[in-house]
Amino acid sequence: MRSVLGDRRAIAVLLTPALLVYTLVMLVPMGWSLGYTFTQGNLIQGFTFNGLGNFRKLWQDPQAHSALWFTFKYGIVVSVGQVLLGYLLALLYVFVLRRSSALIRTLVFFPVILPTVAVALMFQKLFAVAPQNGLANAATEALGIHHGDWFASSTGAFIVLVIMDVWRSMGFYGVLIYAGLLDIPEEMLESARLEGATGWRLVKHIVLPLSWPVLISAVVFSINGTLKVFDSVLALTNGGPGSDTTPLTLYMFRTAFSYGDYGYGSTIASLLTVVCLGVTLIIFRLSRRDLTKG
Amino acid sequence: MTAPPREPRAQPRIAAIRRRRRTRGAGRNLLIAVLVVIEVVPLAWLVLSSFKSQADFIDSPAWELPKHWLFGNYADAWTSGRIGLYIRNSLLATAPSLALIILFGVAAGFALEVLIWRGRRQVLLGFLLGIMVPGQMILLPLFRIYLQAGLSGTLWPLIITYTATGMPLTVFMMATYFRAIPREILEAATLDGASTLGIFWRIGFPLARNAVFTVALVQFFFIWNDLLIALTFTTNDNLRTVQVGLLNFTGQYGETAYGPLFAAISINVLGALVLYLLINQRIIKGMTAGAVKG
Repeated sequence: MRSVLGDRRAIAVLLTPALLVYTLVMLVPMGWSLGYTFTQGNLIQGFTFNGLGNFRKLWQDPQAHSALWFTFKYGIVVSVGQVLLGYLLALLYVFVLRRSSALIRTLVFFPVILPTVAVALMFQKLFAVAPQNGLANAATEALGIHHGDWFASSTGAFIVLVIMDVWRSMGFYGVLIYAGLLDIPEEMLESARLEGATGWRLVKHIVLPLSWPVLISAVVFSINGTLKVFDSVLALTNGGPGSDTTPLTLYMFRTAFSYGDYGYGSTIASLLTVVCLGVTLIIFRLSRRDLTKG
Repeated sequence: MTAPPREPRAQPRIAAIRRRRRTRGAGRNLLIAVLVVIEVVPLAWLVLSSFKSQADFIDSPAWELPKHWLFGNYADAWTSGRIGLYIRNSLLATAPSLALIILFGVAAGFALEVLIWRGRRQVLLGFLLGIMVPGQMILLPLFRIYLQAGLSGTLWPLIITYTATGMPLTVFMMATYFRAIPREILEAATLDGASTLGIFWRIGFPLARNAVFTVALVQFFFIWNDLLIALTFTTNDNLRTVQVGLLNFTGQYGETAYGPLFAAISINVLGALVLYLLINQRIIKGMTAGAVKG
């Protein structure tokens, strides 16, 4: 059997297409992009060697700093929002709705599969001031919270962006964490209840520690997505007002394609890659330490 | 000593429990109602607004129903808004990418998990790297390659890039799936004298049918909803995918034709809804299965 499952020709036939496509279209361009970071120019002007100039520029560029800051701010706020609301939804499904949660689960999950561009345009219209107040504007005004044009202030634009991205994906995290909560043995909850742990104390001392692994998966998945945010920002605020809601991804895109600076664009992309890998590693480290402590 | 007072207290206690249950039930229903409003109202408003005339948008508050139901908005969005063309482009880019992702990814997952050879762990980890790295890191070299290979101006850059970016998650999910298949099934086949490729085609692939469907669903939504890659490589208007077309929809009408714009967004939402109604359980399972492993 070993010889059949170790047949080198078969291994090559099965693995080569995937490996070739992956290597040529992902790994090689990654290295190539790293190479670009030492150059200046673009396809039309040609490339000239620039040494560490791009990294020096990155270090001093206030726009890059604000894009990095926005990436972190957005990543943390939206990830916390997604995972927290997802967790609350999961608790609702498991402990309050119980067997009858299927319909609500399905309903809240629906926005997950909607195209981001369509959702962003919908939110643009919900919070619009022209030609008429959008539905959300009309509602907030009726409640006495008058905000004016949400997209004219950086705080307003950020708030709408956060609301939208939490609305869009909380159902996803709800189901993800729900599946994790279902794995908690019923007897464990029952014995905790018999010892008088109910409500918040049951969640804090029993449910939360037991669902720690799935919670970490959710956080890692969420932060990995939010640090790479592009569609939502581009379609909802286009990075504005000014460049107040421009994350690294969008700044890179602009630098490369609007200003035609491939070298600096690649430098920004590299920074983003380092941020994504670094944050993921840090979360894994921290969560492992916590697990051994608990 | 304590027995007598217990008797009369029992009555109010039961009442208290009943009252608590009733308020709990009311709280529960309120929560459900809030969730339904949050999920349904924005989408219902979107679809209702897609039937409004231009005058309705300008003269009436956003929460009013359309005065005349204008079904023509959909025809406008489809033809003069070119949504029909964009959907065709999206289909032409998505279908071949999906087929290649499945074929290459399932084969590689099989080779990496079922077949036995040195270095397969390292290759699997190499594929995993691709899940973390942001798309911005590969765009610029690919743009150059496609331009110089004369592929710009066709849908090939999209198909090639989607196939490659879909590879990491697919390979990883398939490897995880094949890990769970009992070895005895495969051993029995090798005793029957089947070749390695024969085992893959006649046993591995058919066994993985469910997983293949799941992977296909996840990848379909990733590709269909993608904006970054489509925006970078669709260099002319005739090649735009539905997301890029939707993003630029306002531009074509100079921000004035609200009805067709709402109709264009609604086409996307309603299309997703139909698909969701048909197979929502599979979609939820697929998306969350992809997440835990991502």
